[in-house]
Amino acid sequence: MRTLRFLLQKEFRQIFRDPAILRIIFVMPIIQLLILPWAADYEVKHVNLSVADHDHSSYSRLLISKVTSSGYFNLISYNNSFHAALEEVEQNKADVVLEIPAKFEQTIVKENEGTLFIAVNAINGVKANLGGAYLRSIIQDYNREVRLKWIQFPRFSPETSIEVHSSNWYNPLQNYKYFMVPGILVILVTMVGSFLAAMNIVKEKEIGTIEQINVTPVKKHYFILGKLIPFWVLGLFILTMGLLVTWLAYGIVPVGSFITIYIYAAIYLLAILGLGLLVSTMAGTQQQAMLISFFMMMVFILLSGLYTSIESMPVWAQWITKFNPVTYFIEVMRMVILKGSGLADISRQIIIIIGFAIVLNTWAAISYKKRV
Amino acid sequence: MKAVVVENVVKSYGSKKDLVEALKGISFEVDRGELFGIIGPDGAGKTSLFRILTTLLLADSGKATIDEYDVVKDFKAIRQRVGYMPGRFSLYQDLTVEENLEFFATTFNTTIRENYALIKDIYSQIEPFKDRRAGKLSGGMKQKLALSCALIHRPSVLFLDEPTTGVDAVSRKEFWDMLQNLKRSGITILVSTPYMDEANLCDRIALLQEGKLLSINTPAGVIGNFKQPLYAAKGSRMLQLLNELKTFKEVKDAYPFGEYHHVVFHDEAGVPPVASYFGASGVEMFPVTPGIEDCFMDLMKTNE
Repeated sequence: MRTLRFLLQKEFRQIFRDPAILRIIFVMPIIQLLILPWAADYEVKHVNLSVADHDHSSYSRLLISKVTSSGYFNLISYNNSFHAALEEVEQNKADVVLEIPAKFEQTIVKENEGTLFIAVNAINGVKANLGGAYLRSIIQDYNREVRLKWIQFPRFSPETSIEVHSSNWYNPLQNYKYFMVPGILVILVTMVGSFLAAMNIVKEKEIGTIEQINVTPVKKHYFILGKLIPFWVLGLFILTMGLLVTWLAYGIVPVGSFITIYIYAAIYLLAILGLGLLVSTMAGTQQQAMLISFFMMMVFILLSGLYTSIESMPVWAQWITKFNPVTYFIEVMRMVILKGSGLADISRQIIIIIGFAIVLNTWAAISYKKRV
Repeated sequence: MKAVVVENVVKSYGSKKDLVEALKGISFEVDRGELFGIIGPDGAGKTSLFRILTTLLLADSGKATIDEYDVVKDFKAIRQRVGYMPGRFSLYQDLTVEENLEFFATTFNTTIRENYALIKDIYSQIEPFKDRRAGKLSGGMKQKLALSCALIHRPSVLFLDEPTTGVDAVSRKEFWDMLQNLKRSGITILVSTPYMDEANLCDRIALLQEGKLLSINTPAGVIGNFKQPLYAAKGSRMLQLLNELKTFKEVKDAYPFGEYHHVVFHDEAGVPPVASYFGASGVEMFPVTPGIEDCFMDLMKTNE
């Protein structure tokens, strides 16, 4: 035990003497949590709209003002011809073109119907899709208003109709930040727990200090524990910092209990530290460790359900997400923070992550050979 | 009781295709309290041998014991009683001098105070800088710190892998003085070096070349075994002289040695004809006593 205490003392000394690590520990969570949630926004805003109005009537003006006042569209040009509007798309200035044909008002009034044309720049699929959909729903709304003005509906609708009302549970305003911030926090904890730990062990290999340790009677498991415990503590520390930032910056307070989060994080860190140890046994230099980590991080982030929902992935990708520990912690964080789930509700995730911890640590322990 | 016994140790690296045989069946013994030098050029297998003896590497075959403990079976006991100073400085650069020493003391379950007497001579020289980080020390001081760390648990056998490589001449001399002092306190020391001049400072030396031991003897013994006549030659055109010397069948070997060429003859009878040939063209030629380097060159030559 005395040896372990000295190993820990040495490890913490080194960590606190390395300005780069300190910066990563204190600055990274704050910056990432302050910036990323704003950038990772699913709502499409600022769709650039170019209008080709051949009608110039009060109806067309009403339509255009309705579209622009929605807040989703920037009217960047108002043209007389479709070609001029399409030119804007070609120059990448406009995302959507709305063409209002000549005699638009006249046909509506006389023939009770009118046509409109929407052309969408589909290079950015998400923006095109949502931009087009927003525009369609605004036009539908406009259509209803026009009809309301002319037709006096009977008090009871002659046809049966089903009206749907929905209410959003757990996140009533569908604030995507409530959804993103806990996920980003998980990524941060993962990075510290696995990759900083891996780099630290590989550094000892690279500098040659591990040789010097290996000729001493220090036991293998003490050395590993001496490496893992500091990063376990750091991981929980980053989690605390992150939860503070989410409260101060976004006002997000977990509905569930902090204890649930910390219990899960403590087990999760065991699994992720095992992964870090495994990376360190595979890499001989810090550069190699960096590259392995970078590759794994990409997979972790993209196949964890952080940005895109797992249910919409192809089946094979859904299987990969099942082998990604990050997936479960993101699930748990969202469940506890938004929904207030307790330990019993996340028991499945707890069992799975314990499985990860056992498998990864055993694997790492086997491949870590004290005799180089 | 022997401090170190090595029997037929073989070690090779790589796969079948580009197999490198680092050690090709090495056997030797080191007595207790001896200062034993392993002399050999780069790539001779010195580091591999040391790593096997310090339990960092497993030999392919063969047996080695330290204080009668087997390096494979009793590696735990061995780690308790050997000190190892690798060729490359491998202490924590971001810890201070004192912290490094303290750390290695605790890994061996001891304290600085307990064994201070042993390292006093060495450590006192760097003690004024004990709060400086190890990475900021000069080469000579780093080496002293590394030696202190290797000695902190009072090992019975000390392994020094090329301790003087890249160290200036004054520090080298100081270092060897320290080793002589350590020897006096009863520690068995195995030191490897590529420098022939350091061989004379050892009790016994083993000449290692391409994974094979060429000779194990005292420095005087090695030199004593050199029976052929050895001459130094110097002329106005040294390169031409060397090439010419090699054409004589009486000459066994000729190689540059400082400002002279050293010429080894097969026997005394071969000397006069060569000497008279070159004497006519104004080449200076006189007998010299062989050094370790001459012996090594000769052993290498016979080995080929």
